[in-house]
Amino acid sequence: MTTTTTLFSRIFSTDGAFKAVATSVLAFLYAPIIVLVMFSFSDSRSLSWPIKGLTFDWYLKLFQNEDLLEAIGNSFYVASCSTLLTLIIGVPAALALNRYNFFGKSLFRKLVLLPIALPGIITGISMLNLFKVVGFNLSLETVIIGHATALIAIIVTQVFARLERLPKSLDEASADLGASGLQTFLFVTLPNIKTSVIGAGLLSFTLSFDEIPVTFFLTGRDNTLPMYIWSTMRRGITPEINAVGTLILCLSAILIIISVLMLRDKNQ
Amino acid sequence: MKIIQRGKLAAGAVLSLPLIWTILFMFVPYAILFVYSFWEKKYPTFEAAFQFGNYFTIFTDPQYFQVLLRTGKIAAFVSFFSALLAYPFAYFLIFKVKTNGTRQLLYMAVIAPLWISYLLRAYTWKTILGTNGILNSFLIWAGITNEPTDIFLYNQFAMILTLTYVFIPFMVMPIYTSLEKIPKNLIEASADLGLNGFMTFIKVTLPLSIPGLVAGFTLTFCLSFGDFIASFLVGGPDGLMIANVISSQFGAALNWPLGSALAIIMLVIVLTIISISDRFERLGEAKL
Repeated sequence: MTTTTTLFSRIFSTDGAFKAVATSVLAFLYAPIIVLVMFSFSDSRSLSWPIKGLTFDWYLKLFQNEDLLEAIGNSFYVASCSTLLTLIIGVPAALALNRYNFFGKSLFRKLVLLPIALPGIITGISMLNLFKVVGFNLSLETVIIGHATALIAIIVTQVFARLERLPKSLDEASADLGASGLQTFLFVTLPNIKTSVIGAGLLSFTLSFDEIPVTFFLTGRDNTLPMYIWSTMRRGITPEINAVGTLILCLSAILIIISVLMLRDKNQ
Repeated sequence: MKIIQRGKLAAGAVLSLPLIWTILFMFVPYAILFVYSFWEKKYPTFEAAFQFGNYFTIFTDPQYFQVLLRTGKIAAFVSFFSALLAYPFAYFLIFKVKTNGTRQLLYMAVIAPLWISYLLRAYTWKTILGTNGILNSFLIWAGITNEPTDIFLYNQFAMILTLTYVFIPFMVMPIYTSLEKIPKNLIEASADLGLNGFMTFIKVTLPLSIPGLVAGFTLTFCLSFGDFIASFLVGGPDGLMIANVISSQFGAALNWPLGSALAIIMLVIVLTIISISDRFERLGEAKL
């Protein structure tokens, strides 16, 4: 017991062991991503080591693949519409939770936040049930409704957190100066929560763009990008998927940088 | 009086859209799901009934019950391994890294993968672990093995590895936050009282970071528990999860009532875990 304790104490006092763990965690996280990118340039159809030659062919193929381009278009359509919807519903929901007391508030809060905790598949199948009951045909529009429902929680949590930190006196001052509720919202509240709205919107867009479980159950004939990639994976793995992946990776990197810049703006 | 009325009007205007949406697309669908779980399968589709047959099947037919157990087991392992990696990492960031800039950079480096497509992160493990995959060809190239082996892919090991990879940021975040909250003077006090670094960790730091660990366990467990993509990519029959069974009930098997009952059970399990951990976290906060 004492020897193990001294052993642990010795490991603990050195930084080396921790540095080793931290390095391996980062390696674990990034090595597969590097592999993904590397093999998008491989000129062999199979993904095996070592890479024999380099090529841009897979990328060129992507731009001639009409199904893929259509799927990308669909994904942009779905992600934009559902993000817009989440903002239209989520911001007032956050406002209501922050400002007003009403009957059934805690139930409302629980329901709105539920999709964050619940596996996407439950949101997917329960909405599939609804659409079947009312006789809706599945389409990209049903996917949009599904994504919006699943992602409202993201907007509500982010915006609500910001509203909580906003002093109530701002509202009172605005009302004292004769502004209506809507004017106060547009000219006082909204500018103050702007970065959290944009940040949450970006996050919602990214998550919608990448969404599978809800889309899987709610889409009709049209494919979104992840669904297209998924159906391609069924047929086997090719560097073409790696090429799509690398492009998505670049897009994600841009979004990460934007969100970091937004965070910095907030700290000032 | 007039002001109150105006307040009510404003509240109504702000609240109406979110409220209608929540009722129409959350409350009603969950209610339908619940009702369906008591219906009956009648070839070729299903019909209204009130019976507990679906629930009975799930708990007596080993086919379903074992999948439920396996899903729990895989999710538990994922949480465990995530914690094993995430805790020392978060500890290193908070207590060992000296400059604030480096700390934030390393933290971002762990969180950033969350922005990268989940599907792609799971897919890349399929390309690494497969029979003709990168690991196998690398081992042959390096002269360690002579022929490709299929032991890496399509089993529970591949599932746990992939899900740990995908969900580990959700373990790092709450642990990091809880370690960050610990006042540094508590640790100094412990050192002043003669405890060495390791004993201070056992007696002070670890107990105070338990809320973070609980939150991390809850997140990674629930996310893994509901996953059906990793299983499709790297799990194989041995790594079949409850979500896969649910989706097949709504697809090929066309047994929506059974699928709904499975979904209700999944929902109850996830909500139970969340409310337990919620209570636990509040308890921890009260102590601090």
